[in-house]
Amino acid sequence: MNIIVCIKQVPDAKDVRLDPKTNTMAREGVESIMNPFDRHAVEEAVRLKEQHGGTVTVLSMGPPQAEAILREAVSCGADEAVLVSDRAFAGADTWATTYTLGKAIEKTGPFDLILCGKQAIDGDTAQVGPGLAKRLNIPYVSCVRKITGFENGAILLHRLMDDGYDEVEIPLPGLLTVVKEINEPRVPSLKGKMKAKSLSIRILNAEAIEADPDSLGLPGSTTQVVKVFAPEFKGERAMLEGTVDEQVEQLVNKLEPYL
Amino acid sequence: MDYFLTEEQQMIVDIARQIADEKIIPQRAELDEKEEFATEILNEIAQADLYGLYIPEEYGGFGGGCFEVVLALEQFGRGCVAVATSFAASALGAYPILLSGSEEMKQQYMPDVATGKRRAAFALTEANAGSDASGIQTTAVLDGDEWVLNGTKQWITNAGEAQIYSVVAMTDKSKGARGASMFVVEDTDPGFSCGPKEKKMGIRASATCELIFKDCRIPKDRLIGRQGSGFITVMKTLDLSRPGIAILGVGLGQAALDESVTYAKQRVQFGKPIISFQAIQHMLADMAIQVEAGRSLVYAAAKHIAVHPKDMTKASSMCKVFATDMAMKVTVDAVQVLAGYGYMREYPVEKMMRDAKILQIYEGTNQIQRNVIGQELNKEYT
Repeated sequence: MNIIVCIKQVPDAKDVRLDPKTNTMAREGVESIMNPFDRHAVEEAVRLKEQHGGTVTVLSMGPPQAEAILREAVSCGADEAVLVSDRAFAGADTWATTYTLGKAIEKTGPFDLILCGKQAIDGDTAQVGPGLAKRLNIPYVSCVRKITGFENGAILLHRLMDDGYDEVEIPLPGLLTVVKEINEPRVPSLKGKMKAKSLSIRILNAEAIEADPDSLGLPGSTTQVVKVFAPEFKGERAMLEGTVDEQVEQLVNKLEPYL
Repeated sequence: MDYFLTEEQQMIVDIARQIADEKIIPQRAELDEKEEFATEILNEIAQADLYGLYIPEEYGGFGGGCFEVVLALEQFGRGCVAVATSFAASALGAYPILLSGSEEMKQQYMPDVATGKRRAAFALTEANAGSDASGIQTTAVLDGDEWVLNGTKQWITNAGEAQIYSVVAMTDKSKGARGASMFVVEDTDPGFSCGPKEKKMGIRASATCELIFKDCRIPKDRLIGRQGSGFITVMKTLDLSRPGIAILGVGLGQAALDESVTYAKQRVQFGKPIISFQAIQHMLADMAIQVEAGRSLVYAAAKHIAVHPKDMTKASSMCKVFATDMAMKVTVDAVQVLAGYGYMREYPVEKMMRDAKILQIYEGTNQIQRNVIGQELNKEYT
């Protein structure tokens, strides 16, 4: 089974600060990490490879520094790494990103399965996985918490829901986005680190993926950020006092006008 | 301080640190409380290839030496000495085979030890034989093509969790220490069993039990080295393994220092963080000096041992004494810095203090180490 895992480099959430003037994220001096959900996607791909054979290719769209997370994924068991990188990709929203990733994946060869993290912890949109599936015209399931098996060219899985889970079956090739419950990611191995150190990473730029220049980066994005601001707190706060019964009565009285 | 590690050595540190931070530290309090063996964490260490650090490449290992093991153990010791001990004990059990075993024996056992598929253990101590190894009462008698072992080993680390045991038994009691031999016993051998788990003061997540040999029959070729060479193998094994215990003291001391400084910066008394008071500053400074001095000595000893296999004893004993006495002092001071909170099980330093004590005792008490150093000095100055 040939698996592609799409991973993203994000600022470490432990370290996030906002620039008080611009309200944008201060990236300077902030450590970059692999998006935590993507670590679970890499782990699941490596486990599937260990059980069923095949290869795991990790792919990231980002600046040259994103090479670090590709090497990290290889040290944890991935076989090949592809960096989709070009200045023309800068400023892409999820629409332009899925276009770019889709074009890149068309160049990396046939696959059976694409895995992504549920969402990235910087943008938090959860749109890239499903969007990419649409671009590639393949079925997808998001929030997968367990892969239960393969049958007649289909993959069987559990999709996490608010009140339990769904059992879902989709034909392959397909795309899944995974939640943290799916596994416990391993730490890199010594042999993996050695391999990652010497592995040459394939770099695909805009020309290599034969992309339409108008569909890339900021110009190709349908989302334009007009303003970023911290929401003001407008609600009324009141502390109730007295015994539990008295507090309940006060609460009911307060809520009654709205019923 | 920068110790100018090679790129490969830095990789070992990075992996071991990640295991300590992500896998060991979040679980250590619970494992200690429940006295539970850390099987999953040890499997993670195996998956990361660290069980094979010291095993030559031809047997599936990484081909490193004492220093590489020390680098990994420092991080594990910083995380939890019980988990680190369980890991280190496998090396202690494997060293006799590597040092004195036949080529066939190495090929038979080392690949599984290197991948962590099978864990090893070392069995020397008995009720009447600890520091004085010549008091061993377990016997091995050759009967046709088999050795028959009888006796009981005490306080064996990894007992019940290991599959390969390096066991010391007397093959000729009349010769004293020179009548001791070493054998490989497997957990499935007939007549072999483990006693109940001991209840310990510290390193409670490690497994410590008796090994019981009752007409335990093993094939003739399980003798490690030649008959009567057991005591020499034991001494060489301990010379090689002691820096590993020493570095647990360094890792533990570092953990205690980290907790103490972090706490002293947060804890406010008389309107100021307590780190601004000289009484606390001096304690923290002394802790930092001791930890770094311990690290320097252990690193130097481990590097010395790697290139001078015939001159290991003094360096090995010196670093063990210094770094483990240091760990005891530093962890006691850490409890003092955290004071009332430090005494509570909710904070990690009381466990660190309990764990530190064993480092001064096992793999040769620090008193025995001083004897050894004294004897070596006596030889050197003739």
